[in-house]
Amino acid sequence: MAAAAEQKSIGLRVFSSTFVIFWLILAAFPFVWTLWGSFKVELDFFSIADWTNALTGARTEVVYGSPFTGTGYEGAWVKEEFWKAVLNTAIVCFFVVCTSLTIGTLGGYALSRSGFRYTFWLLIIALMFRALPPITLVSGYLLPFFEWNVWGILPTTIIVLVAINQPFTLWMLHSFFQKIPKDLDESAMVDGCTRFQAFRHVIIPVMWPGVITTGLFSFLLAYNDFAVTTMLLAKENQTMVPKIASFLGTTQTEGNVMFAVASVVSATAPLFVLVMFFQRQIVSGLTAGAVKG
Amino acid sequence: MLLFIAFPIVSVVTQSLHTAHDQVIVEVENCGPFGCEKEVTVDQEATRKIREDQPLGKWAGLSVYLDRGHLAFQEVAESWKTRDSLSGFFSAITNLPFYRAMSFTLTFVVVVTPMTIILGFMIAVAVNALNQKLKGFVIFFSLLPMIVTPLIGSLILFWMIDSRGILGNGLQWIFDDPNLSLKASTGLTWIMLMVYGIWHAAPFAFVVFYAGLQTLPQDTLESAMIDGATRWQRIRYVIIPHIMPLVTFVALIQLMDNFRVFEPIVGFSAEAHATSLSWIIFNDLGGETRLLSSAAATSVLTVIGVGILLSPVLVRTWRDFKVKV
Amino acid sequence: MIKKTLMAASLALMASAASTAAYAACDISKGRVNVVGNEFPAIQTIGKGAQACAGDGVEVKTNLTADHQKINVAGMSSNPAEYTSAIVANSSIVALMNEDLIRPLDDFIAKYGKDLKKNQLISIDGKVMAVAFMANAQHLVYRKDILAKAGVEPPKTYEDMLAAAKIIRDKGLMQNPVGGAYAAGWNLAQEFNNMYIGYGGEFFKPGTAEVSINNEQGAAALKMMKDLSGYMNPDFLTHDSNATSAEWKAGNVAIMNMWGSRVGPLKDTEGSSQEVVDNTDIAAPMTVGGGSIPATTLWWDGWTVSKNTSDEDAEATFKAMMNAINPSILGDDEIAKQAVWLIDGYKPTDAAKGVFAAAEMGTKPYPMRPFQGLLHTALGAELPDYMQGKEDAAKTLADVEAAYIAAAKEKGFLK
Repeated sequence: MAAAAEQKSIGLRVFSSTFVIFWLILAAFPFVWTLWGSFKVELDFFSIADWTNALTGARTEVVYGSPFTGTGYEGAWVKEEFWKAVLNTAIVCFFVVCTSLTIGTLGGYALSRSGFRYTFWLLIIALMFRALPPITLVSGYLLPFFEWNVWGILPTTIIVLVAINQPFTLWMLHSFFQKIPKDLDESAMVDGCTRFQAFRHVIIPVMWPGVITTGLFSFLLAYNDFAVTTMLLAKENQTMVPKIASFLGTTQTEGNVMFAVASVVSATAPLFVLVMFFQRQIVSGLTAGAVKG
Repeated sequence: MLLFIAFPIVSVVTQSLHTAHDQVIVEVENCGPFGCEKEVTVDQEATRKIREDQPLGKWAGLSVYLDRGHLAFQEVAESWKTRDSLSGFFSAITNLPFYRAMSFTLTFVVVVTPMTIILGFMIAVAVNALNQKLKGFVIFFSLLPMIVTPLIGSLILFWMIDSRGILGNGLQWIFDDPNLSLKASTGLTWIMLMVYGIWHAAPFAFVVFYAGLQTLPQDTLESAMIDGATRWQRIRYVIIPHIMPLVTFVALIQLMDNFRVFEPIVGFSAEAHATSLSWIIFNDLGGETRLLSSAAATSVLTVIGVGILLSPVLVRTWRDFKVKV
Repeated sequence: MIKKTLMAASLALMASAASTAAYAACDISKGRVNVVGNEFPAIQTIGKGAQACAGDGVEVKTNLTADHQKINVAGMSSNPAEYTSAIVANSSIVALMNEDLIRPLDDFIAKYGKDLKKNQLISIDGKVMAVAFMANAQHLVYRKDILAKAGVEPPKTYEDMLAAAKIIRDKGLMQNPVGGAYAAGWNLAQEFNNMYIGYGGEFFKPGTAEVSINNEQGAAALKMMKDLSGYMNPDFLTHDSNATSAEWKAGNVAIMNMWGSRVGPLKDTEGSSQEVVDNTDIAAPMTVGGGSIPATTLWWDGWTVSKNTSDEDAEATFKAMMNAINPSILGDDEIAKQAVWLIDGYKPTDAAKGVFAAAEMGTKPYPMRPFQGLLHTALGAELPDYMQGKEDAAKTLADVEAAYIAAAKEKGFLK
């Protein structure tokens, strides 16, 4: 029967497929272009002389005798030790996702089961906090962090990222728990479970889809953050994004843009694996109605 | 938890109500590799005492909010008095940093938010109709615009849309105008930033809507078909109402993020043509001498702006809450 | 291959020998050193030199990042300061001076710094606050082949530059022969500063924080910038010095005013064609409007010592930094080429002649004024209106002054 609902005219199917292909090109083209260009020299990649250079690698051929070169990757990974940044990013992402999900699930559950008005105001304050531009927050944090001697290390950054991310996590998981019928855990409590036991045995088994979706968004935030990581991490603890930014140079000095480009491509590869691995959960997580205004 | 969130808000508000103390400046002789010169400097001895008495700075009340860099009431009133026409008044207003930023920010919000939602919805519907095996692949590539670090993503696009880059060249060819440059005109820069904004945010809307489509109640859909509803009617009367809560959620997040638009402006070096409140904060904090109070005041104005934009959604949530209580 | 490995090994040996020697030379028994500074090869060399002093009881750390200006004030305000030394330039030392975060170095210099040249010492009100180690300036960069084809000499004034640009365009050699870092913001403001100084303008009323740029020189400077932009790529307001260098390497530009520190990479074949590399040459900065002072500014980079730190750590920091700028580092050819060093024994390379010419012509240094940065920011934000033809010069300059006054009031420089 479901199949019947999906039946459609040929014209519509052609239109829909064309649209998907069009969107795919739009979405993926800059990335594919970057991937291709990451094996060229800077002048070809940016095609400042002529756009076809980016395809043929004319300048690269002159310099390296072949239209492809791995110098960007070699420079970033070997010379600039990009792997350290990768490691730092992995640590930051892991802890940010774990911490914010733990606080988010417990807090979101408590808020969704509490009838008090202050929960509303709590959510509003959380939202206000999210509305503050991160750059202001960070400049406010700087001085106390230096005073307490906690500036520059990974744990501080993790805590700040968790705080910035928490309103979103809380809001999303709160709506998610609201969709889980109250009867479910209340009946468990009637049967003699404590609140915590009810949460453990009844709620946890059904919450994974929502948690995974929220986790994905937390992960992307921690992974892509620039404002916080660039200001709060010392050079040796830098994560990938500020590291990439530091390849770009400053007003008075030349950077090495191809290192940055190679790093961007390298940085996207683990995400590919991650999305492929979690795609079913991501989709089913949202399916379970994780989000509601 | 509450403390951790509330503390920065309080400190930002406090900062915005104070300014630096009056500085005592004295003229001295400075020498360096290139000779000596008479120059002024801050007299630290004289300034130290004042600083220690009031470490927060000088109480300024709302004066920072009202100065030329922010709401600029005085300048606005002045140009209203001396206006010769309404359009003259508006061009005088948009010459002030805050109102200039607002004119771009609001246009950006108004255009990008609905377009993101519409595009995201269309992609979701189209992808949903795809073969199961293709889906994973398509989903990954659809997420790319959101995944690639905006800082680098916009740098790459910056060169692609250059008049000699592939996109810039393509546009010149399409419009048959060899002098077309997206980066040289204000109008085209705005369009470019908005297209980027939609492109960057569409995957977020897509993922959320796509998930919503998975839970469509099949029986409602079937009964609609039995009643002879056309495809369009089914979308209009079954699918859209079903995902309406998701639309609200996406709108909420998008309104907030679009109001704080920042990265594309820096990435495309578009500040000559378009600025936003977040960009003003960045500019205040990025100079040789940092304007902390000014940045704090702009931040508070940003939060108020977001609050006004979101008020319809918030009122609705409040009603839901009251019903629940 | 084997030869290469051997060479690398012997180099490494030599380097380690050098660093042990340096360790001995540091003469620090105890202390903590932590340096914050910008990130480019010359400063990295200094950082490594300081780190060579690490050892028993001596901890030396560096944090070299492009965002150093955003963290150095906070990092030196805490007590004890996280950073015992900050590497700054003449524009950025004022942020530390304004907050009273760095200490006079006279005592240390008397004890341990006798070998420093007089012109390395940056003194404010008679007290040495920083020790400079390198210089920089914007000056003329030109393409020999294009100018020869056009039949013009390398321009000595901006008026000559305009004339040369016209000839190059008229002869069809290049559509947009002039380059320049005119990106809205810091870069554009810097170009205005150059031009305004070239016309002999004074930014402030002497001895006060009252701005005065809405005058003849200001209008003339803007007019010249607008005229030049007519020969630039139409996207000039988005071209910072990175983008301008890229244009140069692509062979799209024949004359520009560019940072001396960027000349080396311009001659790197990896980024550009042999034709561009072979024909890139540099010359003294240009003057404008018949003035004798070049329309550019001189810059130095130097190190400071934090005030909020113990005397022991300060002394260790001073000694470590002295070791970092020891004249012996110039023995390495790579290092000698990294910058225009102010260190004793530096022999100017070919790439340094522009900066040296600038210094000889009496170019003014970028002013070390407590409020110059505020004016710089105001200029960067307001000038694009004029460059796009949306406003006339007087209106734009009035806007700049208004923006500066609002900022200076907030900072307490004006009442």
